[in-house]
Amino acid sequence: MKQKKKCGVHGWILIGLSSAFLIVMLILPLIYVMVTAFREGWHSFSAAVTDKYAVASIKLTLEVTLITVICNTLFGIFASWTITKFRFRGKKIISTLMDLPLTVSPIIAGLIYVLTFGRQSFLYPYVKASGFDIIFAVPGIVLATIFVTFPFISREIVPVLTAQGTDEEEAAALMGAGFPMIFRKVTFPHIKWALLYGIVLCTARAMGEFGAVSVLSGHLKGKTLTMPLYIELLYQGYDFSGAFAVSAILVLMAVIILVIKSILVYKGKEEEL
Amino acid sequence: MGKKRKKKNVIPGFGVSLGITITMLGLVVMIPLCSLVLFSAELSPTEFLKTVTGARVLSSYRVSFETAFFAAVIDAVAGLVIAWVLVRYEFPGREIMNGLIELPFALPTAVAGIALTHLTTANGWVGSIFHRFGIEIAYTRIGITVALVFIGIPFVVRSVQPVLEKVDGQYEEAANILGANPRQTFCRIILPEISPALIAGFTMSFARGLGEYGSVVFIAGNTPFETEIAPLMIMSKLQEFDYSSATAIALVMLFAAFIILFINALIQSRASRIVSGID
Repeated sequence: MKQKKKCGVHGWILIGLSSAFLIVMLILPLIYVMVTAFREGWHSFSAAVTDKYAVASIKLTLEVTLITVICNTLFGIFASWTITKFRFRGKKIISTLMDLPLTVSPIIAGLIYVLTFGRQSFLYPYVKASGFDIIFAVPGIVLATIFVTFPFISREIVPVLTAQGTDEEEAAALMGAGFPMIFRKVTFPHIKWALLYGIVLCTARAMGEFGAVSVLSGHLKGKTLTMPLYIELLYQGYDFSGAFAVSAILVLMAVIILVIKSILVYKGKEEEL
Repeated sequence: MGKKRKKKNVIPGFGVSLGITITMLGLVVMIPLCSLVLFSAELSPTEFLKTVTGARVLSSYRVSFETAFFAAVIDAVAGLVIAWVLVRYEFPGREIMNGLIELPFALPTAVAGIALTHLTTANGWVGSIFHRFGIEIAYTRIGITVALVFIGIPFVVRSVQPVLEKVDGQYEEAANILGANPRQTFCRIILPEISPALIAGFTMSFARGLGEYGSVVFIAGNTPFETEIAPLMIMSKLQEFDYSSATAIALVMLFAAFIILFINALIQSRASRIVSGID
């Protein structure tokens, strides 16, 4: 805060440029989606979003997002606890592998799951014997979404835990506390906001994932179409008002997520001070 | 300081948490990666070369690299300015601007894609203005670049912002007193401090742009040799169930992404060595 200056002429020019850039690049698309969604009135909007297939896609997106967030929260907590509180060989490999999904194109993420569970895979006989469809079905969509958002939560927690060190946990352990007790009473209060922030980011990405899911979905209307895929289908069928109506729901969710995120960042900073 | 801890972990729960971590990592990342390696090993080298040097594939790489590179450059400049404004100035609406930066993370890429496309077509809100000057945005490489700029902007801002916040005001004051003009102060004092973060942000938005699919497919128009991006080539091979070609193209893209990240890692480690004073 010490450096905050009153802005001179240069300052105002820079502020103006930044605002113009952000308004054109970020806000205008949002406004456009909302305007187009409601251009033909409330009725056509509500008809588009209560369509049988639209409702099915909303349900599927919520399901996939929920499962993904649960899995990745579990992983994020344990993984960041493991790599920050203990010293062991191979730690570097684990943290590299954890962050790998961030650098892989969503399409390639989809591709590697097709190669894993598809017909040419060494796993295929087992997959087939289990009678459980993975690719071109819902489990594939869930797996792809988990992959794409895999490191989102651990990446938020790891820096906080690294900064905090291990002294408090060691003290608790020496006084006889077990793992659940230490986690709940000592570690969790530190990572609370970072964890929530990670969950919010993970939710945002999970509900909007397109590329990876597009590879693994069989594109069956009402069965394996998530909201972004359903939007693509409507858009390609030139049903623009329908596509933008469903998009409006996602825009609304994105705005809610941004608001929650800002609150979390604010709360986290407040606690630090 | 670390000597004592090296001997034994005092904190309980190591086995359980390592077990859960490795199991999930194995299921989600390692097994799929192994199957990619196994499948690639079966590709015949001649066929691999033939696929990845096909004219259409080569031009898709070029489109992807060019657009992602230009988008990352624009993001680096715009991101630096935005980060600067957010850190250095107090103005009404600053909090809103700060909260907005993550919008491209939160907004599904498909939604961003269709909205940007409709805005930039010849009769769209923005496209019609450019159309008057004979510039088409949607369905050209400019359109792809616009979509990638949208996707990449938060990477630069969020990478530069925290570093800029920590830049010590004393050095700027010292430079001022010694008679440096604002431009000199910026180039000599501030830029060296934030350049590792700026490069990291640039790299991330470049790497992300190379792989981006959702926002680009709608705005690209997908004309072969013109506006076809590499991820789309992989996608169309997959739809033809031509897994070996898809894998071959994907391997080249993965390789490129790793090289970019590796160069970045080298720059970052050199920068942190300079800062910590260890040679």
